[in-house]
Amino acid sequence: MAYTGQHVTSIRTYVTVFLCLMALTALTVWVAFMDLGFMNTIVAMTIAVIKALLVVLIFMHLKDNPKVLWIAAGGAAVWLAIMMSFTLADYLTRPASYLGGW
Amino acid sequence: MSETQATTVNETNYLNASSTLRSWLLTVDHKRIGILYLVTLTGFLLIGGIAAGLIRLELINASGRFFSHETYNKIFTAHGVVMIFFFLLPSIPAVFGNFLIPIMIGARDLAFPRLNLASWYIFVIGGVFGLSALVLGGVDTGWTFYTPYSSTYANSHVILTALGIFVAGFSSILTGINFIVTIHKMRAPGMTWFRLPLFVWAHYATSIVIVLGTPVIAITILLVACERLFHLGIFDPALGGDPVLFQHLFWFYSHPAVYIMVLPGMGVMSELIAAFSRKRIFGYTVVAMSSMAIAIIGFFVWGHHMFVSSQSIYAGLVFSFLSFLVAIPSAVKVFNWTATLYKGSISFKTPMVYALGFIGLFTVGGLTGLFLATAAVDVHVHDTYFVVAHFHYVMIGGAMMEFLGALHFWWPKMIGKMYPERVSRAGSILLFIAFNLTFFPQFILGYMGMPRRYHVYPPEFQLLHRMSSLGAGLLFISFAVVFGSLLWSLVKGKKAPANPWPAKGLEWETSSPPPTFNFDRIPEVTEEAYAYETLFGDEPGPTS
Repeated sequence: MAYTGQHVTSIRTYVTVFLCLMALTALTVWVAFMDLGFMNTIVAMTIAVIKALLVVLIFMHLKDNPKVLWIAAGGAAVWLAIMMSFTLADYLTRPASYLGGW
Repeated sequence: MSETQATTVNETNYLNASSTLRSWLLTVDHKRIGILYLVTLTGFLLIGGIAAGLIRLELINASGRFFSHETYNKIFTAHGVVMIFFFLLPSIPAVFGNFLIPIMIGARDLAFPRLNLASWYIFVIGGVFGLSALVLGGVDTGWTFYTPYSSTYANSHVILTALGIFVAGFSSILTGINFIVTIHKMRAPGMTWFRLPLFVWAHYATSIVIVLGTPVIAITILLVACERLFHLGIFDPALGGDPVLFQHLFWFYSHPAVYIMVLPGMGVMSELIAAFSRKRIFGYTVVAMSSMAIAIIGFFVWGHHMFVSSQSIYAGLVFSFLSFLVAIPSAVKVFNWTATLYKGSISFKTPMVYALGFIGLFTVGGLTGLFLATAAVDVHVHDTYFVVAHFHYVMIGGAMMEFLGALHFWWPKMIGKMYPERVSRAGSILLFIAFNLTFFPQFILGYMGMPRRYHVYPPEFQLLHRMSSLGAGLLFISFAVVFGSLLWSLVKGKKAPANPWPAKGLEWETSSPPPTFNFDRIPEVTEEAYAYETLFGDEPGPTS
């Protein structure tokens, strides 16, 4: 789609996305009460990423914006990944005695 | 430089276009906003400088004679917080970036002039919060706000100070976005990316660091506030948190913040070295790309602050290696500036004295950074005066010297008056000597084991501390000379011509001070930056 500077998103889409976000929040809470072992974090993060994508793509209109904004948003995501991966490079390689069962 | 000469002969300029207080406080002119920042930041420099003076006064005696432990903690925190968050971080971008970027790229203003004014107001609001904390009794955590002390135990105004930094951070983000959009979208016809002055490249790189890094410190500070107010277990082990997580988040921003402070200074360097060597900058493309490399690699090195903070040995090795890597683009710049000097027609005007001072001081600061990036050496000198000396050589020897170099170089353009050359040059030389007297002894002190943030110390360190304090006194005198001569020139200075040095660049093709909209007609750029041979012929020597 060519960029026209105008974003026309129907109210119906906004309401649907809002309801999806609410449903996913409820799902997060529901899952939090279940012990899925090592999947606990993975499931919670997957739901969080889906919610973030919905917000960024539709509420923040990235879906209809030119590619340069995709680069900007992608850059932010890459930088977040850098921060998390290097931080985990510390936590995941510490001796177990430091972490007390982390 | 331009096909159509953009010089304006009109006597009306941005300073005298209107003179009411309202016209200044509601201005959307990037040049006036630059001046507003200059006045505001000079105020913060004075406050931070007074705190520095009190620290050095206290350290004259080994017994900690003047202040209590708590008061001393508050004074060095005030010095760090004010100097870093309210002076150095915004200094060159907010003053000179604001004033010069639109003119250098041939635009009439920044992309978002109102947002630019909003940035200044947001900065002032942040500053008021920070100063309120100072007036109400101060904060004693150090500028690093390490948890769990800051989040759980400190009884001082942590939240108010944190709020000030949080708010001022938004000012930085907005300025960064404004610069990025302006550089992308508002370049004059013919001003291609590789014709941009290196000052603009450096600010582009800095803006990327600001936009990517500052939100992290804002969130981190917010988390500290949440832990203090609501006892959420994020950083305090007693609540299930992890104090080292704070250090990861804090340094993810605060190490790149060093590059926010020094990269714009490196941009200033390129302008000064080329102008006062009357030569093209050696290796333009490499210098431009090294700014981008510093901006990006600067985000990969933060763990070198945590070699002794229970970070894993593996992570320590990775961060140590990456820290060595960031020295390469910094060294590339230094070598290129030095190569620019070779066979140049060098004149020792005041800005050039600052520029040459920068090369020496930044080299010392950068190379001692390599000592500290070496994990085994860092274990020995961590949290000692060696670190204090290292970062002051980078911050003051680097960023501050270039702030002053820029102030003198573009003062005639900004104010329309010439500063007194001999007095200002004497001030700059005195400042160089005083700086080294203040901070070189601190390398020795640190290597001998003097820890930072202590005001009571073994008597055998007293001589070196006294040398350092004497240097600080001389620094005050040199700052008084430097700023005194600039203030004198406001009243008595000779009227500045459009291009007093003479130098290349669109800013020198408009009048001094420039008209409100910078150019009567948008210039068309037909040549590369630093084409000094068109000003002076091929006399000065070979180009790169």
